[in-house]
Amino acid sequence: MSPADTVTASAPGYAPGRTLPLRVEFVRQFRRRRTIVMFGLLLALPWVLVVAFQFGPASNGPGGGLRLSDLATQGGLNFAAFALSVSASFLLVVAVALFCGDTVASEASWSSLRYLLAAPVPRDRLLRQKLVVALAYSAAAVTVLPLMALLAGTLAFGWHDIRVPGTGEVIPAADVLPKFAVVIGYALVSQLVVAALAFLLSVGTDSPLGAVGGAVGLVIVSSILQAVEALGSLREFLPTFWNTAWLDALAPRPDYSGMVKGVAISVTYSAILVALAFRRFRRKDVVS
Amino acid sequence: MTFPGGRRALATVATLLVLVVGGLIWALWPGDEPVRGRDLTIPVLDGPADDQRVTLDATFFPPASGGRAPAVLLAHGFGGSKDSMRAQAARLAAQGYAVLTWSARGFGRSTGQIALNSPDYEVKDVRRLVDWLAARPEVRLDGPGDPRVGIAGGSYGGAIALMAAAYDRRIDAIVPQITWYDLADALFPDATGRGPAEGVFKKMWAGIFFSAGADRLAPDGGADASALAALTGAGRAGTAAVPTADQVRCGRFLPSICDMYQTVAETGRPTQAAVDMLRRSSPVSVPGRIRIPTLLIQGQHDSLFPLSQADANARAIAATGAPVEVAWYDGGHDGGDAEPDWAADRTTGWFDHWLKGSAAGGDGAPFTVSRDGGRDPGTRRTVLVHATSAAYPGLGGVRQTRVELAGPEQPVANPPGGSPASVSSVPGFGGLLGGAGGGSVSVALDMPGQFAAFESAALAAPVQVTGSPTVRIRVYGTGEATLFAKLYDTGGALPVLPSSLVAPLRVTATESGTPVTVTLPAVDRRFDAGHRFRLVVSTTDMGYATPAAPAVYRIGLDSPELTVPSDPALTTPATGPAWWTWVLPLVAVVVAAVLLLTGRAPRTAGRTDDDLADVPLVIRDLGKRYRNGEKAVDGLSFRVERGQVLGLLGPNGAGKTTTMRMLMGLIHPDEGEIRIFGTRVVPGAPVLSRLGSFVEGPGFLPHLTGRANLDLYWRATGRPAEDARMEEALEIAGLGAALDRAVRTYSQGMRQRLAIAQAMLGLPDLLVLDEPTNGLDPPQIAEMRRVLKAYAERGRTVIVSSHLLGEVEQTCSHVVVMHRGRLVSAGPVGDLLGATTHVNGSGPRLEDVFLDLIGESR
Repeated sequence: MSPADTVTASAPGYAPGRTLPLRVEFVRQFRRRRTIVMFGLLLALPWVLVVAFQFGPASNGPGGGLRLSDLATQGGLNFAAFALSVSASFLLVVAVALFCGDTVASEASWSSLRYLLAAPVPRDRLLRQKLVVALAYSAAAVTVLPLMALLAGTLAFGWHDIRVPGTGEVIPAADVLPKFAVVIGYALVSQLVVAALAFLLSVGTDSPLGAVGGAVGLVIVSSILQAVEALGSLREFLPTFWNTAWLDALAPRPDYSGMVKGVAISVTYSAILVALAFRRFRRKDVVS
Repeated sequence: MTFPGGRRALATVATLLVLVVGGLIWALWPGDEPVRGRDLTIPVLDGPADDQRVTLDATFFPPASGGRAPAVLLAHGFGGSKDSMRAQAARLAAQGYAVLTWSARGFGRSTGQIALNSPDYEVKDVRRLVDWLAARPEVRLDGPGDPRVGIAGGSYGGAIALMAAAYDRRIDAIVPQITWYDLADALFPDATGRGPAEGVFKKMWAGIFFSAGADRLAPDGGADASALAALTGAGRAGTAAVPTADQVRCGRFLPSICDMYQTVAETGRPTQAAVDMLRRSSPVSVPGRIRIPTLLIQGQHDSLFPLSQADANARAIAATGAPVEVAWYDGGHDGGDAEPDWAADRTTGWFDHWLKGSAAGGDGAPFTVSRDGGRDPGTRRTVLVHATSAAYPGLGGVRQTRVELAGPEQPVANPPGGSPASVSSVPGFGGLLGGAGGGSVSVALDMPGQFAAFESAALAAPVQVTGSPTVRIRVYGTGEATLFAKLYDTGGALPVLPSSLVAPLRVTATESGTPVTVTLPAVDRRFDAGHRFRLVVSTTDMGYATPAAPAVYRIGLDSPELTVPSDPALTTPATGPAWWTWVLPLVAVVVAAVLLLTGRAPRTAGRTDDDLADVPLVIRDLGKRYRNGEKAVDGLSFRVERGQVLGLLGPNGAGKTTTMRMLMGLIHPDEGEIRIFGTRVVPGAPVLSRLGSFVEGPGFLPHLTGRANLDLYWRATGRPAEDARMEEALEIAGLGAALDRAVRTYSQGMRQRLAIAQAMLGLPDLLVLDEPTNGLDPPQIAEMRRVLKAYAERGRTVIVSSHLLGEVEQTCSHVVVMHRGRLVSAGPVGDLLGATTHVNGSGPRLEDVFLDLIGESR
């Protein structure tokens, strides 16, 4: 085929809808050191906790404290709830911010972004594919930790019914498992804000650490603000305010109203932030 | 040449910060200037014969709204003074009330002696205060000498509100808090209902109560009716001045009251005179005379004036037909949260309704109970919710549940001297322990051998108790037994004595067993499923006077039934998902859609100009400004034909790279257009698939190998693998074995070659290379020239930018010279060289040519 024959606008075989397939983007991200290190950390943390509990001084006998940390050794489910509670406020935030904040900014810093755009991968499609993959990695991070904790806790402490912190009531393990799925699902949704914010920052900067740090920083500021009770009900609209509401699902009488509010806030922020990211990227002059 | 990429992100973060800080300031900004009170003294005449002159120390807060407003008298608690009420007074004044606070006689800087809200003394004082209010120009009048006035206050101040309402018809509404109906019954309670004459002396509370009034040297009193503050205050008293014997004995109490207390406290038994005297200071003595709207706020943590006192007040006032509302809040003399904001709001709401006549009075309901509402999801701290019901059911409840108790007849001993004693609550220390607040911690302690216990089976379903449970027991033995009944919630981590309350009773024991019905303390508590009711009857309690003589009784159940009252109508208003739970996400989705739809840049998407379909590149009037307005590219026009190797020549900053970025659709031209094969270039235009590019250095994923990078790049274009011509491209890269190493290990030259190979993947019709020979060694440069020429010979087109003239000369057939964003010269390389003078006779030096061209442009 001589070039003179080509009158079509695009090269043969090119179709915008086939550019940057998800599989390709998964492979591009997977081999990265930070991906592997982050997952390694998330998978190792439950075992580190198990070891810590095994070797630490046996503080509580029966009838001891009723905090979540005191009950962590009651069984696999208790341990998983504990692992989730200690990691949700920071470790998982960092993981999600990393996967979503790094995705576009790192391409910009490697200069590979411009070659993808000139391939051409249409901008909306590029963002969409990257967002889907980043969210998938984030979801994997949020899911893998409690699941590994469940495994580690069950092997270390046995498979027992869950004991609820505060009241010490016992709920059968079979009843709790579906609730545990709800808890993980809620943890995912509540991290959406972090994901969306990191993604927006990622689109706007060439510095991956800036995007990750910015998102984590905002979470920290929000957590500090929510401790200011003078703000009253205004705090309910802080993006992190409902992050621990999943504890309500494990109560003997689960109360989902906090979680519903949390989902509403999370969806609200993330919808707008993601829309801003797309809008911004469409108009952006890519100069990196 | 950088467009600061993070600026917009920075602006976003800055905006968020401003919003957050703004919200903080908005929330924390001090409200309106607090209303200033005017301190004054009001001389009054009181006493049985109206002949005793007393000067009341008072503060008047004019209404912030101006004009004539309803008045509110704010009365302080025992041991307090008008200063205790200052904050609440300022708040009410700001809400449009004329507020008068005063120190009751015998407190603060007021003169006179404490007469325990006697109709002859304190009540008369209040009547004079109402007279005083009637003369104020700020106070609204219902008639001559009759101001529109309400009274609010807690404990001692609550009782004066009730008593004044009974003796002065001009008072229109009252809000008594944590106060008594029958002071004799409060100090000598008896759970069998035989009245104070047979009651058990509440010695610790009575002592604290009395000593608070005896604190004659603390001019401003304590902070509130805080017994603890009064206790420590009393300790300070002796250091200031040496008091007289009478002062240390009676403090500021009226001698007759002092004498009564001394007698009663010594014996632990009330005299009829004492009961009469206490009752004259109590609403029980004025049946049917309180006929005005009354909001009774009583504490759930109050072993001094328990909920039964408010219940009696409510029944007495409601019997006259007056509107009554009852609230059991999370406070009282034993501590708890005290809910100051909620109580103040309810009080204002009550007065707004009954004094101002506004329609809605806050979240008022005939019966309100503060309950544990779980934890605040943000702070994880306990929050309170307010369950309401449309009618006040009384302590007997609307529905009665029977719970079976079991337990054998058990002997109990009364220890000689009454010591050691069981502990339920510690009067005056409730606030310190703070445990009463959550209801989950209690200090309750029973002494072995001194109590009998009867327990229910584990509850199959939760049982809510709202009111006073009752139970029938039998007391075997001889003589008069003083006993204390209490109902524990067991089954949790620790047994809990709800609200730390006990029911004292006095029974004459018989060998055949005396049956008595015990009314247990009124509480609001849910006994969870799996928990048990545990009735404990003990012989001692630290807070009460118990007989010193040792004795043994046997306690058994007369009936196994424990009657538990509840009010099913009492429900927490269904908070449900707040409206914003649904609205916010919907609004957000709409906003997001608007952001996305309006975000489409209005550009005529790549329409093809068929005439130019065979022309690789046409640039017309292209212009691009930096943010600062300086032009990076200005009016640039040129055309590239098939088969050309075009050199884009210019010094650094001439606009070459900016032009190439626009060519790739990375940045948007401000003016003009670029057409590739007749199709206008916009970001992501499909025609870009016919363009191969290498601009401003290579861009690879450093963690992947060179081969994987090229492979993934090609897969990212979505085009068939066989179109890639991967082998040809790899040959050009010439990386050999290095191809399977991670790119991060490559030298600059290797990356450069790999990038050029990437640009050539799929053998694009138009190849754009920016400074392709940078970082290559001379043999590689020569090879690169050969490759580029060969590439163009196959009918394809190559554009090479460079600031090196020699390179352009040797590689290119045509040249475009740019300087400061403008086109300086365009044409075949030979023309460019031929037009220049030879300087050294050794052929044209490109440098000279270029300098000449730039010179022309100046």
